[in-house]
Amino acid sequence: MSIQEISLSGRKKVVSNKEMTFLERMYLIAIFKGLWITLKHLFRKKATIQYPEQVRERSEVYRGQHMLKRDELGRENCTACGLCALSCPAEAITMKAAERKADEMHLYREEKYAEIYEINMLRCIFCGLCEEACPKDAIYLTISKELVPANYDREDFIFGKDKLVMPLDIAMKNNQLKTVN
Amino acid sequence: MDSAFIIEKSVVIIVVFAITMVMAMYSTWAERKVAAFLQDRVGPNRAGWGGLFQPLADGLKLFSKEEFEPNTPNRFLFFVGPGIAMATALMTSAVIPWGDRFHLFGRDILLQATDIDVAILYVFGIVSVGVYGIMIGGWASNNKFSLMGAIRAASQMVSYEVAMGLSIVALLMMTGTLSLKEISAQQAGMNWNVFYQPLSFLIFLICAFAETNRTPFDLAECETELIGGYHTEYSSMKMGFYLFAEYANMFISSTILAVLFFGGYNYPGMSWVVENWGVNIANVFGIAALFAKLCGFIFFYMWVRWTIPRFRYDQLMHLGWRILIPLSIVNIMITGIVILRGEIATYLGF
Repeated sequence: MSIQEISLSGRKKVVSNKEMTFLERMYLIAIFKGLWITLKHLFRKKATIQYPEQVRERSEVYRGQHMLKRDELGRENCTACGLCALSCPAEAITMKAAERKADEMHLYREEKYAEIYEINMLRCIFCGLCEEACPKDAIYLTISKELVPANYDREDFIFGKDKLVMPLDIAMKNNQLKTVN
Repeated sequence: MDSAFIIEKSVVIIVVFAITMVMAMYSTWAERKVAAFLQDRVGPNRAGWGGLFQPLADGLKLFSKEEFEPNTPNRFLFFVGPGIAMATALMTSAVIPWGDRFHLFGRDILLQATDIDVAILYVFGIVSVGVYGIMIGGWASNNKFSLMGAIRAASQMVSYEVAMGLSIVALLMMTGTLSLKEISAQQAGMNWNVFYQPLSFLIFLICAFAETNRTPFDLAECETELIGGYHTEYSSMKMGFYLFAEYANMFISSTILAVLFFGGYNYPGMSWVVENWGVNIANVFGIAALFAKLCGFIFFYMWVRWTIPRFRYDQLMHLGWRILIPLSIVNIMITGIVILRGEIATYLGF
């Protein structure tokens, strides 16, 4: 078998430079063939995913919008150690720590917590190094499976705790699932 | 001239005008839908059910856009260009027979704005004036891309008009009349001209594509080479007028194709419906038949657009001057021989 005949894709065609016949030069047959191909596409299944209503399934390791996790009692995991901010190559994370009061035991797991926790989504490169650095299992990019939504103002891309912390009902539901299993 | 006649004609004219506008509007929607479906997409579907309000949204958008004006020495011509394009696109619909006649209020109402004897000549005349809209617009824009697009459009339309006119001559030799109403009436039953003059139809179809500046002959506005061609400098509703004129032209040329070659408002069994159900019902079906035919042609225009790539300029000229024109002359000769075969036979002494 010569090298000219090998075709790994099975679609290789040998190009020939032979003169076209009169029928071929009229192009009419070729045009009708082309029309037939496009007509078949008219009835084919559409590739579109209607985005806001329909979401494409994301992979297990898809890194989307960050989420600050709660534990099984609904308390925030984050202890404001600052390792995520330190590990962040884009310097997108800032935080301010505060001490937990006696009546806040049900809100925060450790005695120190993040009073302000902000991620600038315009700076973030979604590398996931914050997730790797976190010693308290607090920040995750793979849970939300969401894209950061578009917006008009740069200020609106600085996400505070209101957008980042896992909603309480989801935390509770996860906990129930865990106890059932 | 009695007042009833004036009222009748005004109503017909207004209805035809409104239908042309609506068809042009919904052609833009259909174009986007057909394009999407041929490319395995779904197309506009947010404004209304299936995106049916999309043309309204587009129109609103065009109206609210900034009206940019280039630094041109010819402000007047810059304004006149889109107007000419639009006016010529709408004028051709005057001679088209949309149906035979209604019998209402004790009168015969012709479904045609005017039945002139030289309807086809009129259409050709108006279509050739249409070049001026593009030419003036492109020239007054004071932009080299616009000018290039305009020159291309002008030379293309002038060249293809010749082939178009010659292709129709063979048909006219057969019909013996220039009136579109007569031609429609002659095709009653299934005596469609396309069965007798297929070559003439093919040449006319190709020329119609070229005259309306549709792909594969859209050299006048090819985005890849000339930005937007002759309407590069236009914005807002002036631009909208050009786009609208293109779709109105498409609608009219589809109608003319349907009337000349596909029997116009005729459909099989029309005479039976006239006898049994009356003239009015028969003509409602007739209008529906005509619209079905012309919608088929509009779909064909769009279908071809997403199938055949654009011609190169020299290929376009080659096709027009060296293939279509000789071919239509041959067609005329063959038609002449077939029509005069009896005389020729006696002359030769058979």
